[in-house]
Amino acid sequence: MAGLELLSDQGYRLDGRKATELRKVQARMGVFAQADGSAYIEQGNTKALAVVYGPHEMRGSRSRTLHDRAVINCQYSMATFSTAERKRRPHGDKKSTEMSLHLKQTFEAAILTQLYPRSQIDIFVKILQADGGNYSVCVNAATLAVIDAGIPMRDYVCACTVGFVDETPLADLCYTEENGGVSSLALALLPRGGQIALLQMDARLHQDHLETMMEAAMIACKGVSKVLDEVVRQHLQEASALSRD
Amino acid sequence: MLKSKTFVKKTRSGGVVKIVREHYLRDDIWCGSEICSECKPETTALQRDARIESSLCTYPHYLIPDTNVVLHQQIDVLEDPIIRNVIILQTVLQEVRHRSAPIYKRVKDMLHEKDKHFYTFTNEHHETFIEREPGESANDRNDRAIRVAAKWYSEHLKTFKSISDGLEVVLLTNDQGNKQKAKEIGLQVFKDEYIKSLIANPELLDRLALTNDEKNEISRKVLFPEHLPLSKIQVGIKAGTFLQGTYRASRDNYLEGTVFVHGEGEESTEVLIQGLTNLNRAVHQDVVAVQLLPQDKWVAPSSIVLQDEGTAKDDAGDEEDEDKKPTGKVVGIIKRSWRPFCGMLNVSQIKESTRHLFTPADRRIPRIRIETRQASTLAGQRIMVAIDGWPKDSRYPNGHFVRSLGGAGEKETEEEVLLLEHDVPHQAFSQSVLSFLPKMPWSITPEDVAKREDLRHLTVCSVDPPGCTDIDDALHCRELENGNLEVGVHIADVSHFIRPGNALDQEAANRGTTVYLCGKRIDMVPELLSSNLCSLRSNVELAFSCIWEMNHNAEIVKTRFTKSIINSKASLTYAEAQMRIDDTTMNDDITKSLRGLNKLAKILKRQRIENALTLSSLEVRFHIDSETHDPIDLQTKELETNSMVEEFMLLANISVAQKIYDEFPECALLRKHPAPPPSNYDILIKAARSNQNVEIHTDSAKALADSLDVARVDNFPYFNTLLRILATRCMMQAVYFCSGMDSDFHHYGLASPIYTHFTSPIRYSDIIVHRLLAVAIGADSTYSDLMDKHKQSALCNNLNYRHKMAQYAQRASVAFHTQLFFKSRGVLNEEGFVLFVRKNAIIVLIPKFGLEGTVFFENKDKTGPNLVYDEEGPTLTVLQRTFHIFDKVKVTISLDASNIQHQKIRMALLEPMIPGVSVPAEDLEPLSKKSKIDR
Ligand SMILES: [Zn+2]
Repeated sequence: MAGLELLSDQGYRLDGRKATELRKVQARMGVFAQADGSAYIEQGNTKALAVVYGPHEMRGSRSRTLHDRAVINCQYSMATFSTAERKRRPHGDKKSTEMSLHLKQTFEAAILTQLYPRSQIDIFVKILQADGGNYSVCVNAATLAVIDAGIPMRDYVCACTVGFVDETPLADLCYTEENGGVSSLALALLPRGGQIALLQMDARLHQDHLETMMEAAMIACKGVSKVLDEVVRQHLQEASALSRD
Repeated sequence: MLKSKTFVKKTRSGGVVKIVREHYLRDDIWCGSEICSECKPETTALQRDARIESSLCTYPHYLIPDTNVVLHQQIDVLEDPIIRNVIILQTVLQEVRHRSAPIYKRVKDMLHEKDKHFYTFTNEHHETFIEREPGESANDRNDRAIRVAAKWYSEHLKTFKSISDGLEVVLLTNDQGNKQKAKEIGLQVFKDEYIKSLIANPELLDRLALTNDEKNEISRKVLFPEHLPLSKIQVGIKAGTFLQGTYRASRDNYLEGTVFVHGEGEESTEVLIQGLTNLNRAVHQDVVAVQLLPQDKWVAPSSIVLQDEGTAKDDAGDEEDEDKKPTGKVVGIIKRSWRPFCGMLNVSQIKESTRHLFTPADRRIPRIRIETRQASTLAGQRIMVAIDGWPKDSRYPNGHFVRSLGGAGEKETEEEVLLLEHDVPHQAFSQSVLSFLPKMPWSITPEDVAKREDLRHLTVCSVDPPGCTDIDDALHCRELENGNLEVGVHIADVSHFIRPGNALDQEAANRGTTVYLCGKRIDMVPELLSSNLCSLRSNVELAFSCIWEMNHNAEIVKTRFTKSIINSKASLTYAEAQMRIDDTTMNDDITKSLRGLNKLAKILKRQRIENALTLSSLEVRFHIDSETHDPIDLQTKELETNSMVEEFMLLANISVAQKIYDEFPECALLRKHPAPPPSNYDILIKAARSNQNVEIHTDSAKALADSLDVARVDNFPYFNTLLRILATRCMMQAVYFCSGMDSDFHHYGLASPIYTHFTSPIRYSDIIVHRLLAVAIGADSTYSDLMDKHKQSALCNNLNYRHKMAQYAQRASVAFHTQLFFKSRGVLNEEGFVLFVRKNAIIVLIPKFGLEGTVFFENKDKTGPNLVYDEEGPTLTVLQRTFHIFDKVKVTISLDASNIQHQKIRMALLEPMIPGVSVPAEDLEPLSKKSKIDR
């Protein structure tokens, strides 16, 4: 009956959060020694792993080489066990190709690519468990991994999805909310300057509501950036403590 | 912020997929009590001094009802004003939402009502959250969650012992096991005895649902077969051994009914059910599963038209097929559609008895057994009763008293009854609905001015019938510099005030339309909107305008739509407008505007009438005494249309329909009027032919209109009107539909290829059309339901249903007022015309009163004069006297009040004089002789 009530009269969402609250974020950097940079992030039940190689010389066809900046190569994939139903996911299906492209665009906007002409940076992201906001979580994971690799960026890129229910924007949607008939958008932001790295929306939404949605998304992204910043500082402290020993 | 413990809930759907959901627990969920100094709530709903006078709980207390109390039994009790300070746990609220949408709505209304002091405690995200244990059923888990939350409250409130004056929480349940477990953890817990202990209002006890757990009737005879469980029914339906359908009880025979099985596409079938055991406790409108009987047990429906019914509708038509019909038995109930029923109490013969039978006003509903201690007070009153259950050893369903509507036969009571019986929502608007009204004093803001086109300089005026309080529409007309005319229709901008999705909008969507009864109006939206803000009186108002540029031949050159601000310069009655137009000395702007409109309207009408039908129906108007509100006189008039206003409203509706369809081909809300199947006209053709030898052509609306125009008989001036009245009865209902779900848009009556309703903001259809149009011109935002053709189609179904019921309610109201009128008049002799001929009766129209009644020639036991019915005529011959349709007759009219619940107008034949059938003219008065008269 009646579908799910995504936002109760008392202002609580299905999982008990209020409209503007993010899910719990936990992250670790430098989880793989082999890679140049890596990070693992849990945003609620969505779990992602990001690995960065580079900058290194161009591999494969040299024709893609850019003379004034680095080429960014992104690959997105989902683990077979990442969703409730076990599904084989062939490489390069439409959805992951699209997602890879979005990630590439996002990081081309954030990484100072002009510092590394004629070279290549690889970013691999894998969703280990999917529970909504896959794109955003991948961006956040990749940001940490890029920082871990020591590649300079203009700013953290922080991403968050925002949905619209009962005239109220809901921050950081979980899977049930994403599938509950909500119009949602995903925003990747460089929080300090407030520049938008990527904005994606497939749903139908009246332009009057766009502004409220954008505002909510920016606030949410800034929230994410605060958390990521803490993770980075924590990691640095640990690392410096280690090197001192 | 978050107390970020991550709980994981595992649920299995279909036994395969594991769904993992996060579940956050918070530390900012407050108890909501005034006495608490620990929590930091923004608002406190629960009072410090929470007193409900109860002999069981002498201390102040908050009530915590469990799910079943809210759902099944005591919602009627909880709604009573004396019940206040109630904690509704989230667990309970969610379960109720899941199980019953109407009750959920009632609970939410109570939560919004400030005076009730109801509080929702979000216990599922509070520290009192518990996880389901292995082997524990979902229900048991929820019961436990309720107990844990109640316990927490109990402990929490104890912290403030010093100031609380012994404040306690009291858990209400009706499950013995739950009560026991609650007792064990030291809670105050009660079942029905709590309601019984309420000192202030012992009458509340009657509203308790009758429960079966009193085991005093253990070994009673089982009357009905067991209902199959839902799982078995589903298997049976899939296998084709059972059929699913809606049960419709027969009005005439309580031992018979049919189940309407909705097949694929057009293939709907009817299954006949006969006999108490086969009916197996199905109640009218229930969704049931039936099993067909072997073919040799099939029977024909019984075809007795009981004289009692008075309506003798088309029932007689069924008698032809003596063929046996598929017959079956009810094996299970899929969904009950029990609602509170209106009716009267049959007080038990035994004086001390508290059990009584209740007879619903709707004959299709079985009698209901209820328990009440106030039988003597309730006798003679109209009351409402809800069914609680129907055990298999009980001849009648069990129910409980809900409320009294007042004395039977009283005007207010009967009005209430007819609203309830026609499912017209008419309760006062709830607090949550009212909260979405604009705050008064309301005025136009600078933002409104900036967004809208300012048309205040135009000479806009409204023309309405006299005494009209809500003026929905206004018009203007002026000459443009290029010589063309500009005409504007301005409709009150209702969608500006009613925003999609809020409680006000939902309420309006549910009500669907404003319902007009004799001397009473049931609003779709609160009066502030319908008669104040959305009324275009002579002042500045917000409007939605449709503006055409036309040449002097009324051909549209350009159409545009805009949200506007207008300033109506005058509100005129039809007569005033006509006077201005005719008065050659008047030459002010208003008059000039009216003349322009009038000229164009005439051209438009001429063009339209070439194709469209003008039909006729009688409208009855009562002159109502201003003191007693009783009808003192009644008059009929042919539906008056002021064609000037009417023409432009039609034009606006058509223009808007075209615009929203062009913009949203998939989800425009339109109105269509299907052409009737040719067979519908048979009666009209036959009647005209047999009575006056006039041919009526029905190949198209135009042919019909033309032949109706020429069908005039010299010495029978009323003939043409009768034909038009009969033609109206041949028509189909016009309906709302969603353009993406249908391909036939034609409006037969108006001969328009597309049509919608835009011009009356007191209908919900028009609100949706306003919204669509506003989106189409970029003046407002869209929302997902507006663009969803399935949702919109569902909405159309509701609107069509509400319109139909509103029409029935209106007729019933006219019928009731006619009865009141005749009550004071005694017996009258009047002339009338035969409108229909049935097998055992004729239906007579009295033009003077616009009243239709049935003259029966046969009584219950089918004894009576010799009747010969000829279908071809159709004619009915009573002892050599033949009745044709449209024959002139004379009848006596009187009120038959022998059955107080079903009073009705009784007609008996005076002329032509048939010995033994007609009433002698002088023998009029005594009602007791009426039964003799009817032979
Ligand atoms: Zn408290």
